Amino acid sequence: MKTKRMKLLWGLLFGIIFGFLLQKGGVTKYDVIINQLLLIDFTVLKIMLSAVVVGMVGLYFMQNRGWIKLRPKAGSWGKNVIGGLIFGAGFALLGYCPGTIAGAIGNGYLDALTAGLVGIVFGSGLLAACYPGLKDGVLKKGYFGNMTLPQVFKVNNWVIIIPLAILIIVLFFILERAGF
Amino acid sequence: MNWFIEAQWSPYIVGSGIGVLSWFTWLISSEPIGCSTSFSRIAGMLEKLFRGKKVEKKPYYQEVKPEIDWQMMLVFGVVIGALLSSLLSGDFNFQWIPSVWSLSFGDNVALRLVVGFAGGILLGFGSRWADGCTSGHGISGTMQLAVSSWISAICFFIGGILMAQLLFKVII
Repeated sequence: MKTKRMKLLWGLLFGIIFGFLLQKGGVTKYDVIINQLLLIDFTVLKIMLSAVVVGMVGLYFMQNRGWIKLRPKAGSWGKNVIGGLIFGAGFALLGYCPGTIAGAIGNGYLDALTAGLVGIVFGSGLLAACYPGLKDGVLKKGYFGNMTLPQVFKVNNWVIIIPLAILIIVLFFILERAGF
Repeated sequence: MNWFIEAQWSPYIVGSGIGVLSWFTWLISSEPIGCSTSFSRIAGMLEKLFRGKKVEKKPYYQEVKPEIDWQMMLVFGVVIGALLSSLLSGDFNFQWIPSVWSLSFGDNVALRLVVGFAGGILLGFGSRWADGCTSGHGISGTMQLAVSSWISAICFFIGGILMAQLLFKVII
């Protein structure tokens, strides 16, 4: 019981830091997100890809040392492509995502607190209602399991991590050079 | 301490900070940063209020239990963290209509809410369909090099860019 409560407390603490960072990054704002999707402002992409570079190096280092065990999610084409596109359409209509909407609420944005929040909860409940019909059908279409990129290319993890990190950093230089 | 009251930090600092934060969520809690599952749990908890225990028998809620967990606490924390950050910098304000929206669509609150609600439904439905959102797949999954997450994240942006173009370039 005590360890369970400790875990919840850690979740809250990590969330506070995450929310603080999201707000400082500007991504609790509709304007920043929609301008990313309109390809005017690349803040969202810069934040996500910087997190990926720093995160993957650290996570795979810690996994190599046996400190943690990663859990890549299983997927399928039907699940990730169709779900991803539906999500994307909602992302542009609302201008927040499930994480940044929580930050937007903290920032005082009332469209997030009302329509956005109610919509997300309703949409999540709707999927739960449709789940029995989807689960063994479209969600299994083109199933590939919990593959990682190094497994696809049958190489050592670092053969993907290092070039990917370099590629992302080069992309940052290109973006800055182009004035984004 | 001036740093904490600045309105905006470099996206590279913020992103790296999220990367470091994810080391610690794994190390201490064995959990990736994610958000969207919590909205399913909240939906299930609300449904339980109205329809009682039998909601737990639904196949989806067998897999995603309608209860408070680590990730839901994280989502609550995000609200608090963003509130703290915006209060410190003076960026906190009550606002119904974002400025980029009002430039194109005007100051009608109802219109913003109707479109936002539709977007919310698609977000909730799509994130649970894809089994993750911009944080679970887009950040935590991609950094684990998961194929499912890279495909999802790319599709989030394809769908988002197409819909944004439709809204701001075709309709307006």
